Amino acid sequence: MLHLFSNVADGLLGRLGWDAFNHPLITWGGIIGMVGAVIIIVGLLTYFKKWGWLYRNWLTSLDPKKIGVMYLIVAAVMLLRGASDAVMMRGQQAMASGGGGYLDADTFQQVFTAHGTIMIFFAAMGFMFALINLIVPLQIGARDVAFPFLNSVSFWLFVAGAVLVNVSLAIGDFAATGWLAYPPLSGLEYSPGVGVDYWIWSIQIAGIGSLLSGINFFATIVKMRAPGMRLMKMPIFVWSVLGSMSLVMFAFPILTATLAMLSLDRLLGMHFFTSAMGGNPMMYVNLIWAWGHPEVYILVLPAFGIFSEVVATYSSKRLFGYTSMVLAIAAITVLSFLVWLHHFFTMGAGANVNAFFGIMTMIIAIPTGVKVFNWLFTMYRGRIRLTSPMLWFIGFVVTFSIGGATGVMLAVPAIDFQMHNSLFLVAHFHNMIIGGVLFGYFAGLTYWFPKIFGYKLNEFLGKIAFWFWLVGFILAFVPLYILGLMGATRRLDHYDASLGWQWLFIVAGVGVLFIMLGVGTQILQMIFSYFARRINRDTTGDAWGGRTLEWSTSSPAPVYNFAIIPDASHRDAWWWTKQHPELVKKPVYQDIELPRNTGAGIVIAGFTGLVGFALIWHIWWLAAIAAVGAIITIIVRTTNDDVEYTITAAEVAKIEASRSRA
Amino acid sequence: MSTNTTTLEHPDHQAKLLDKTSFGFWVYLMTDLVLFATLFATFAVMRTNVASGAPLSEHYNLPFVLVETLLLLTSSFTCGLALLAVRAKQSQLAIAGFGITFALGACFLGMELYEFRQLVIEGNSWRASGALSSFFTLVGTHGAHITIGLLWIGVMMWRLATKPIDANTVRRLTILSLFWHFLDIVWIFIFTMVYLLGAAS
Amino acid sequence: MSTTTSTTVKRIGAEGSVVSYCVGFVLSLALTITAYAMVTGKVLEGWPLIYSLTGLALVQMLVQLLFFLHLRHEDEPRWKLLVFDLMLLIVAILVFGSIWIMNNLNYHGHSLPKEGTDQYIIQDEGFEQ
Repeated sequence: MLHLFSNVADGLLGRLGWDAFNHPLITWGGIIGMVGAVIIIVGLLTYFKKWGWLYRNWLTSLDPKKIGVMYLIVAAVMLLRGASDAVMMRGQQAMASGGGGYLDADTFQQVFTAHGTIMIFFAAMGFMFALINLIVPLQIGARDVAFPFLNSVSFWLFVAGAVLVNVSLAIGDFAATGWLAYPPLSGLEYSPGVGVDYWIWSIQIAGIGSLLSGINFFATIVKMRAPGMRLMKMPIFVWSVLGSMSLVMFAFPILTATLAMLSLDRLLGMHFFTSAMGGNPMMYVNLIWAWGHPEVYILVLPAFGIFSEVVATYSSKRLFGYTSMVLAIAAITVLSFLVWLHHFFTMGAGANVNAFFGIMTMIIAIPTGVKVFNWLFTMYRGRIRLTSPMLWFIGFVVTFSIGGATGVMLAVPAIDFQMHNSLFLVAHFHNMIIGGVLFGYFAGLTYWFPKIFGYKLNEFLGKIAFWFWLVGFILAFVPLYILGLMGATRRLDHYDASLGWQWLFIVAGVGVLFIMLGVGTQILQMIFSYFARRINRDTTGDAWGGRTLEWSTSSPAPVYNFAIIPDASHRDAWWWTKQHPELVKKPVYQDIELPRNTGAGIVIAGFTGLVGFALIWHIWWLAAIAAVGAIITIIVRTTNDDVEYTITAAEVAKIEASRSRA
Repeated sequence: MSTNTTTLEHPDHQAKLLDKTSFGFWVYLMTDLVLFATLFATFAVMRTNVASGAPLSEHYNLPFVLVETLLLLTSSFTCGLALLAVRAKQSQLAIAGFGITFALGACFLGMELYEFRQLVIEGNSWRASGALSSFFTLVGTHGAHITIGLLWIGVMMWRLATKPIDANTVRRLTILSLFWHFLDIVWIFIFTMVYLLGAAS
Repeated sequence: MSTTTSTTVKRIGAEGSVVSYCVGFVLSLALTITAYAMVTGKVLEGWPLIYSLTGLALVQMLVQLLFFLHLRHEDEPRWKLLVFDLMLLIVAILVFGSIWIMNNLNYHGHSLPKEGTDQYIIQDEGFEQ
């Protein structure tokens, strides 16, 4: 029977050997940078004897406010890694007219694969879960998420996936197949190496973390709202997260199953997606996009929710059209499961099928349009403060509308037959993700920064960063629209000189430089604001004159969020409370129970990551041991009944008295 | 800071915890059903991709699968009764109930492994064609879930034997029962769509 | 469902009731044996068989949801029911959508000889002859 399991005859370390360290020079540059950074951080922690503090206060914490900050840090690091991939690609294409450039084809292919994978799964998803962890419990008047331990496991699984991606830089290769790794190219026959396996296991593991978070936050919003907060009284950000988490719940299992089937092809010689023996590679494309399309709505819905909060606050006006906003979110959520074929119009399903999905794709643009108009109507006759979050919003309106229009173009199958896999497509989806998702998350981070860290970010640098990003985005992607219309195919490391396209790639390269200046300014903003934090301290907890419950706590919020669970029977509950100060009662404190810290999440995720690494390199004994280790850790954790600790009423009173509050 | 174990001291807290945990687990089960749906969809598309082999229906032993089905259905029934015993704080009865459930589930798994082994020996392994890959994966994923369920039942039987029944035990056995019942529901569809409809076509 | 039938079902399906599990078990047994007998006895074939077997499976799922999982006994608001319904919707879209798409891909591809493919496309896309 052993012959049924491929590659069983490998040695003790599977197929891991010295050739795993065979890298081109430029990759060695990246490895040295990465390892250097790790050494510096480890060195600093050791020198300042901060390991204990880090472990006790951060790594083992089940407080979603702490977990959120950790998500932010990992997402930021991965954003930088993905951005450096982007710089490399732009640089290569700007230089390489008619061949040449500094990246060979294989490296270029790994770079664009890593770029997409890292940006979607680790930068964007990480940033999103950061903001959700930090804000949703506060906005619904809860003390914690529904399943705090599961929250920790989710975060550490996310980290395990990110670690695998980064390890692939140093040990072995990454996939060279594009960020969705279509078979048969990603199958055993055409990608026999470890690259695709690294891709599979890093996103499979991170994906399970995301799925568990989706369940967790869905249950949190459903079951843990403060008394009186009926669904139609929730902040729109919470509604948008509810929609997004519904999509996570129902879409990620599709990804899990599809990745599993690809890994079974590769590990056990199955024939799901092989080109012979009854395999059907087109089924992979179908399934992966059945996940992939909801995924982009998973990312953008919370961004929309952030804009609803930001625009209302900085227009000093309640959000226009609450009910239609909710209906729009619901419509987008359902419709996002009905459009996925538009990613493969050209795969040949025929006119009827293409027409159905083309029409559904056009329909899904409508609820988004409703939301944009509602935001603009919110601004109308408001007292507008043009802060940097508002600038991000305006930048979003301009760029996302254009990107959306190109999307409606692409929704027409006849047009898509020309534009599919061209640079026009690349420009469209970057338009949506940068203009929509990233601008939204940046607005949210700036808006909620004082709530999370206790001080405001420097506004001037924030505005400069925005302008660099906006100008950079336009310079980087408008040329790509033009190139796509002229017939430029995506994912090529050079184009023929005779086409005369060189100057457009150079403009795009300049655009990326502007974006890098934007990123640099944001980093500067973080550092500068940290050192100026005493000046910009948020002493009241209500940094901007907010409307929703998170602004009723101190900045940062105490570990238990609310000493007294607030009454949330009105929309914009905090605004209502501020209008009716006479109804605020003298607080009577009670004991509060919170989950204890635990390292079990780290251990479980560590074992899981090890399983992934072992399966990639065919080290079967290690995979078995690590899997057993994970299972035993889970079982041991469940035997522990003492998982909470109490903050006494007296301690609560002391914390409340000592902190400045609204 | 005082320590506080979540015991029956706080019935309101326990009721909320049970409600929340039961709901969260239910939601997880819904996601698991979507996972199975993906495997079902793949099976539906690939069931005729037998390469040079025989149609899948020729590999099915329907009486054998009927016995498997009845074993699993009965185990779902005994699981329900065992949960009633737990709620009634009857430890011995609960252990017996879950023990029978375990035994029936283990027989099911044993029969399934036997079926797989027969297929492999005949040369109809998961490597032989896309159709067989999708068959083994769909049925095998269900079997993997059963295996996890059996492990879980084992751990809980140990807990029942070594501790008096408290709120934590009730909560965990409630969600274990949810899991076990759902595995039988998934099996209904495997039995019908894979075996019965496969044999009929 | 009339109120009397639904309250009866609710009472039988009550959480903590041995009766509920016994009724569910017996019904499931009957449905399983019926489905099995239909196939081995070759009672129906083709599409009628597919519909019948699918129907029996769906009914048995319903029986187990009611009598083993006590779904009707959930307090308001009925979130479990809502999430279950959403899941059914998604599963239906995924399974039937995939079958529709993959079927279309196959015939537009190369699984039929040229003449057969042409005829099928003409018929399917309604070209006037």
